[in-house]
Amino acid sequence: MSGPPPKIAVRGLFKAFGEKRVLEGVDIDCAAGESLVVIGGSGTGKSVLVKCILGLLQPDSGSIRIDGMETVGIGRSQREALMRKFGMLFQGGALFDSLRVWENVAFSLIQGRGMERGKAREIAFEKLAAVGLGAEVGQLRPAELSGGMQKRVALARAIAAQPEIIFFDEPTTGLDPIMADVINDLIVKCVREVGATAVSITHDMVSARKIADTIAMLHKGRIVWHGPAAEIDGTDNAFVDQFVHGRAEGPIQMEVRAA
Amino acid sequence: MIGFLASIGAIFIAFLAATGRIFLFAARAIAAGIAPPYYPRLLLRQILHIGYYSLPVVGLTAVFTGMVLALQSYTGFSRFNAESAIATVVVLSVTRELGPVIAGLMVAGRVGAAMAAEIGTMRVTDQIDALTTLSTDPLRYLVLPRLVAGLITLPALVLVADIIGVFGGYLVSTYKLGFNIQSYLRSTTDHLEAMDVISGLIKAGVFGFIVALMGCYHGYNSRGGAEGVGQATTYAVVSASILILVSDYLLTAALFGK
Repeated sequence: MSGPPPKIAVRGLFKAFGEKRVLEGVDIDCAAGESLVVIGGSGTGKSVLVKCILGLLQPDSGSIRIDGMETVGIGRSQREALMRKFGMLFQGGALFDSLRVWENVAFSLIQGRGMERGKAREIAFEKLAAVGLGAEVGQLRPAELSGGMQKRVALARAIAAQPEIIFFDEPTTGLDPIMADVINDLIVKCVREVGATAVSITHDMVSARKIADTIAMLHKGRIVWHGPAAEIDGTDNAFVDQFVHGRAEGPIQMEVRAA
Repeated sequence: MIGFLASIGAIFIAFLAATGRIFLFAARAIAAGIAPPYYPRLLLRQILHIGYYSLPVVGLTAVFTGMVLALQSYTGFSRFNAESAIATVVVLSVTRELGPVIAGLMVAGRVGAAMAAEIGTMRVTDQIDALTTLSTDPLRYLVLPRLVAGLITLPALVLVADIIGVFGGYLVSTYKLGFNIQSYLRSTTDHLEAMDVISGLIKAGVFGFIVALMGCYHGYNSRGGAEGVGQATTYAVVSASILILVSDYLLTAALFGK
């Protein structure tokens, strides 16, 4: 084999919660600098996949390699070092409501890396400006912000420590179409600026088309399609075709009825 | 019959499993705190929450407990012409027993519930996962400062409660029951030994740790939105209260048992 290993390589990933099997052998690669979007219906295990890669959930079996290094079952200190490569934008923002906005953005710099507060604060305001928020917003509490602004703060927080891999969990869910487009633009811009690899999960096809280099479709715990974003409309894969066009009739519907 | 026994067994096993999980949780939080980074600012904030802000409610309960104690012992002891023992009864009951237990229960309701609600909300809104992704161990950042604060703050709070409680007894005895001030004060101090106060403070440390541990554990493991957080709060207060009373007996037996 030649060339560098993929940034993220997932092989045979299984994860079950009690009787409920969520991931049943996921195989997927993501190259460095690539923006991968995982699509799929609600409850197909997209979030679980991302949480397994992040190490927030322990997979039952399988392999997850980051930069060629196996990460399943590594120790606490190695995990902490690995976490510094990651940034994550949570679906609900997950901003710390006891802290001010700028402290949220500077959190990983101050707490995680022990940066001096004044310097971290400067960077925080830079990042806030990068997502289009003024300095006055930095002094507010997260609860005082609208949903779209919270998402932008969460984005600023995710990119503040210059992560190598950024995960986006449903970045546009719950936003109006215009704000969703603003967020999509910001994601594309920020990911490009820091040169990061991006893994997003969404069921919003508009968002997927905008931010993806490659798209993978997760269905029943397996990747059923994986290819360049441009080919998503040309594929004859029945699952993808149904999902992209949002049709009630098709192979996925059968599963819904059976369940 | 077998079904009945099986259900008892299942409850017992679940109880043991929960006990094990709680011990592991505490052990992991303490182990996480051995190496830096430390969070002195967070510890200070928790000490303020548990200690300073609990002073009014603990002080009020303590003063009334001391007052009612003097009144009740007077009713009982006057039947044996043993009124002179009231001061001793008040000071021993308050320092050895009522100070720590009442402060512990009040703090369980005030602080334990707040901890469970705060950490539980952080859990269900992904804030705890967010901490992990921001290179911060949530056990070290959220749980350990609360456990340490509980352990060291409650003894201080109980010392204040002891003084206020004894003062409550003194007020009732001297102003209402007509005791001589000097002789009441003398019999308060005459029969008081250091161990009476110290044992109460040891209990307080254990109770403070229990309250913080139950608040953190139930909050940290809460699931399923607002309902889950509500449940975690209930569990935190109920389990802390029961554990306080059980460990109070065990500690008394260990400290003074023959």
